Amino acid sequence: MKTELQINGTAHVLEADSRTTLLDALRNHLDLTGSKKGCDHGQCGACTVLINGRRINSCLTLACMHDGDEITTIEGLGTPDALSALQKAFVQHDGFQCGYCTPGQICSATAMLEEAKAGWPSNVTDDLGAEVNLSTEEISERMSGNICRCAAYPNIVAAIADIAKDTR
Amino acid sequence: MKPFDYHRAQDISQATEAAANGAVVIAGGTNLLDLMKLEVATPDRLTDINRLDLKAVTPTQDGGLRIGALVTNSDLAAHADVRKDYAVLSRALLAGASGQLRNKATTGGNLCQRTRCYYFYDTATACNKRDPGTGCPAREGANRLHAILGTSDACIATHPSDMAVAMRAIGARIEIAGQDGNERSVDIADFYRLPGDAPQHDNTLAPGDIITAVTFPPPVPGAVHRYRKVRDRASYAFALVSVAAICTMDKDRIGSIALSFGGIAHMPWRDSAVEDLLTGEIPGDALFAAAADALLQDARGFGGNDFKIPLTRRTLMAVLRDVCGTGDLS
Repeated sequence: MKTELQINGTAHVLEADSRTTLLDALRNHLDLTGSKKGCDHGQCGACTVLINGRRINSCLTLACMHDGDEITTIEGLGTPDALSALQKAFVQHDGFQCGYCTPGQICSATAMLEEAKAGWPSNVTDDLGAEVNLSTEEISERMSGNICRCAAYPNIVAAIADIAKDTR
Repeated sequence: MKPFDYHRAQDISQATEAAANGAVVIAGGTNLLDLMKLEVATPDRLTDINRLDLKAVTPTQDGGLRIGALVTNSDLAAHADVRKDYAVLSRALLAGASGQLRNKATTGGNLCQRTRCYYFYDTATACNKRDPGTGCPAREGANRLHAILGTSDACIATHPSDMAVAMRAIGARIEIAGQDGNERSVDIADFYRLPGDAPQHDNTLAPGDIITAVTFPPPVPGAVHRYRKVRDRASYAFALVSVAAICTMDKDRIGSIALSFGGIAHMPWRDSAVEDLLTGEIPGDALFAAAADALLQDARGFGGNDFKIPLTRRTLMAVLRDVCGTGDLS
């Protein structure tokens, strides 16, 4: 199947079997290996990318379903010379140990901050109509789709909280 | 994953025609692709309906709300009218899955998601839901997640949706487009079914049917909405037991109450006898205990899920104390 994907601002034409997940397209066909395969069943969040600005599990969607969509991967958020604010915060707060879940954590957090800015409530929000205040509890709940088996959670949350207070 | 042909439906009639001819419809795909990877689902043909115009949330003429089938769980939970008038639904959606999954999962797809029974997922075992007539190992096996009400000899699976539990309390109707342009609307109570001797059917959709929308009656004025979900971890887990409640008080008495239960049956469970028992009465623990007795009089555990009977009782009583203002939620 032929699919055109806008990835990190560049058009890519993919010619692949219909079974190809977006994650496998990125990693195996387009050499964008920043997105990681953890569970391959939408349970761990290591494969998180943004589609048209929204975070999703790239392992649980087919590449052919995204013809014409804009996809942002960790490679599109920053570079080693020009880290995104969240990437810098993860370094400053030591928000990882082995690093395997980190690209997914950062893509997920990038979109999560936008969701909070748009006023989306979460399961731990007391008042569904109130402005979002990204407390530790809120950040943990909103990031529960990203598992870290090194359990670097306290530092991951600290890194995100650091950026959350600047973007409110 | 088994090979399949993929095509994108340009309109509803293409989608219903393809579905009538054996194609499996894909929307968010978060459950279907998982099942396809495990070869629990092995469609020859996928019909992608994501580009159909089913993404609007609009008021209905009678003051209710109409939700397009492709509205994502995220958008529905965050929608201003849903938060204000159908808060139980926002709460149920936000209690389900993860941020990433809610961004992909759709209203229609959520209604159609399959059970998470371990044996349904494991193609090396028998399962009457996956492979009719082979048996149900869950009855004698691992059944911690399984049903305590409405079970059959053939199947004790639960429906995993939180969203559908809230929608049953709201009294939602499901709009369905069928083959040859037929359209109909069914109460969510009649959309789902108990397993009986045909557990392969989770619901009453016929071949070629596609959910196009869900409609809600007008909101209940002055109602308190609650969704309480008990699960094994604080976030991102299926319900062991959940209770959706929409309640109004009339002075010191219960004016009206809708109660729907998740995690305990093959479908979101609602029992009018329980609601009748509570309506018009002065709230208190003796009344709530009688309501729990009525709800659970036919409940039956299978070993690993025996705990759900007292857990359902306690969760119902906690929710009733909360919505009636007779005690602390905890």
